[in-house]
Amino acid sequence: MKAKVYVTLKSGVLDPQGKAIQHSVELLGYAGIADVRQGKYFEIALDGSLDEARAREIAERMGRDVLSNPVIEDYRVEVEG
Amino acid sequence: MKFGVIVFPGSNCDHDAYHVISKHVGQPVDFIWHRDTDLSEYDAVIIPGGFSYGDYLRVGALARFSPVMASVKEFAAQGRLVLGICNGFQILCEAGLLPGALIRNRDLHFICQHVSVRVETTETPFTTGLRAGEVLSLPIAHAEGNYVCDDATHAELVSEDRIIFRYCDTGGELTEEANVNGSRDSIAGICSRERNVLGMMPHPERACEDLLGSSDGSGLFRSLASTLADAAR
Repeated sequence: MKAKVYVTLKSGVLDPQGKAIQHSVELLGYAGIADVRQGKYFEIALDGSLDEARAREIAERMGRDVLSNPVIEDYRVEVEG
Repeated sequence: MKFGVIVFPGSNCDHDAYHVISKHVGQPVDFIWHRDTDLSEYDAVIIPGGFSYGDYLRVGALARFSPVMASVKEFAAQGRLVLGICNGFQILCEAGLLPGALIRNRDLHFICQHVSVRVETTETPFTTGLRAGEVLSLPIAHAEGNYVCDDATHAELVSEDRIIFRYCDTGGELTEEANVNGSRDSIAGICSRERNVLGMMPHPERACEDLLGSSDGSGLFRSLASTLADAAR
């Protein structure tokens, strides 16, 4: 089983890295890009001793307590069997 | 009075802080390894600059889980003095001892230069010997010093007089250009509600000798020492 945690900057927080990426892809000629936001993605492999509900609970807690900073970031968890 | 300098894997201003306390403040100081948890013999601890845990995950994020940080929280709750400089400020924010967060500089660069910093208040144990409005020349060296917080936190910092340092020009004016990393409201340093925890991005410990380009940081350490001396009386 695998837990996937996506961490993204909250909407009001400036993302200078996303801006730089947007600028670069626009220089390459990609048109129609309104905004780029950079985030983080974590894959957590689980050893099979946990059921899905418990795995989700643990991943949620890790997302909240470790993987994201609630001042600037949001997180989202997916668990796949 | 006794000082402690906390050392994480990746701290690199620990020796600067130790040097300033031992040579300039002239007081006993120990290095405290991040796995140690007994802070009972110290009156003040310094969380120095550097790249604790390689800045992995987020700056300051992993240091917060070191055993010593639970002791630092307790130490701060007892009203004893905690000074976080640069990465130390980032760690204090991650640990929830100070509000807000430090994100990538506005222009993405690592900035390493002397900047002008205005003293906003003398109402802290760290700034009693300075003058409000005084402009200090202090070095900064960071890529993530861009202070952010929500509107409610900012309003609280302002109304409680907890913004201690702001980036300014040499004349003490707050300008967009002088706010080198893009921090909200030009914030360079803030303190806790109880005023005994100070976090700042500029490095006063690297500015205590004219040979190093500025000795403007020494007033902060003198203030700290005289606060502790007064308390011991």
